[in-house]
Amino acid sequence: MIDCTGAGEAKVKGQESMPMRLSGMNLGLRQGALEIQQFLRSREQVMFTLAFPAILILVFGSIFKGEIGDGVKFTQYFVTGMIATGLMTVGFQALAIQIPMERDRGVLKRLLGTPMPRWVYFAGKVLMVAFIAVLETAILLAVATLLFGLDLPDTAGKWLTFLWVSALGITACTLCGIAFSSLARTGRSAPAVVTPVALILQFISGVFFVFTSLPGWMQNLASIFPLKWMCQGLRSVFLPESFGPREPGGSYDLPMVALVLGVWCLVALILCLTTFRWTTKRDG
Amino acid sequence: MTEAAIEVRGLRKVYGDTVAVDGVDLTVARGEIFALLGPNGAGKTTTVEILEGYRKRDGGEVRVLGVDPAVEDAAKRRWRTRVGIVLQGTGEFDELTVGEVVGHFARFYPEPDDPADVIARVGLTEKARSRTHTLSGGQKRRLDVALGIIGRPELLFLDEPTTGFDPEARREFWTLIRDLAGSGTTIVLTTHYLEEAETLADRVGVITAGRLIAVDTPRRLGNRDSALATVSWRTAEGAWESTRSATPTAVVTDLAARFDGEVPGLTVTRPTLEDIYLDMISA
Repeated sequence: MIDCTGAGEAKVKGQESMPMRLSGMNLGLRQGALEIQQFLRSREQVMFTLAFPAILILVFGSIFKGEIGDGVKFTQYFVTGMIATGLMTVGFQALAIQIPMERDRGVLKRLLGTPMPRWVYFAGKVLMVAFIAVLETAILLAVATLLFGLDLPDTAGKWLTFLWVSALGITACTLCGIAFSSLARTGRSAPAVVTPVALILQFISGVFFVFTSLPGWMQNLASIFPLKWMCQGLRSVFLPESFGPREPGGSYDLPMVALVLGVWCLVALILCLTTFRWTTKRDG
Repeated sequence: MTEAAIEVRGLRKVYGDTVAVDGVDLTVARGEIFALLGPNGAGKTTTVEILEGYRKRDGGEVRVLGVDPAVEDAAKRRWRTRVGIVLQGTGEFDELTVGEVVGHFARFYPEPDDPADVIARVGLTEKARSRTHTLSGGQKRRLDVALGIIGRPELLFLDEPTTGFDPEARREFWTLIRDLAGSGTTIVLTTHYLEEAETLADRVGVITAGRLIAVDTPRRLGNRDSALATVSWRTAEGAWESTRSATPTAVVTDLAARFDGEVPGLTVTRPTLEDIYLDMISA
């Protein structure tokens, strides 16, 4: 099999870095396609995941019909929280629960025993999360626009902000979800470990309440975590400029949004790389 | 290639205060079917998982296909393309079909087998389009094997592969393993079924309390070939009698003379592999 000519050697070396038929990138895409396929085939999961934020806005839109001030409707305010919460659910909550379950089922251990590059597994998850996030956000915006007269962003700049805040936010959530997945010792305990964290963050980060109406200490606590900053960034997109001074910091402070989310991405990435567990505790 | 498929010297693994593997030496030749026997907790799975590159060892030398499985580098992935692993227990792939899972795993390898062909070899053709969670226990196990061999490995590890199989499925599985070995694949299996080890293995090793206490062919393990034979028969009064002897032929000849022909209920048995094994692990 080993050719002694120089050309043959080069070929063998070339294979060493890429011992698959498909390039790594292509394999990552395939892994993503497979993850999306699995998601789409579990009907209950599709229904609940995609409809959840839309249902939330239905509930909120029906309860709070008034204005928050400055001609801004409650729906316009709360939709930002619903988008952020949706992103957190698919990125953080879903992965932090799904990965321990896959670890329990031995899926991770089995993949580890193949020549698949490890990052391909994560690429698959990221693509799945991105796919669901886009779909879910689109459904939410459609429902809110049709039923509650949501005003969509009216400038290219706002859409751009919408894009980067969402992208950075979902990246932070996804990485946190992967990092958090190592905390639950079994798949069965994962929801119990993850759900309270997600729920409390939602309450203190201005998803269910107007953020500035929360006690100061709660606002400060929320400022440590990504969800508050995702909401704030999204408010800059969906609320008028004039609303900025009402933020706790006196403005939407987009540079700070970028900074905090970026730091979370970095910290979570380091945690992922150093603490991710492919096998269960009893596997040693 | 004359180098051994597996070479282990002085392998040691410690969990806290417990020595799980205590100085195991082992060589498995290329093309061989080697069975590792031992009670639960004897260090079987730990040993195999060290060989598979899942666990780190605390001491000793290990070479699997010439590579140290504990070293994580670019070569490890290349090594992984040459090694097939069927873990203990079955994995599940949610909502995917048998064909999709096998097809996807084929993409991990440089020169995979044809997925449809592999599915046929493990007898799952009729289930190729079924979701994996609809498979029976035995069928799931066969899917595990399909995933283990899709990359056409030089060396295949099978950890208790036929647990939960009915006798017919087990026999079909043995045929599959013999075919693989026939095509040159080295096979290392752990099993609780002595019959399986006896039928399949060229050599068996017995591990107990972390030590490999015997390695031999199934026929010769524990001096089985020279062990005393047991001759049993029924007396004229109808009671069973038996004696152990190194010269059973003489005993039978003697009995034939005593009964003047047919000896009622005559059996001559040598210890089974199971007898020898149970003897060894209780020693």
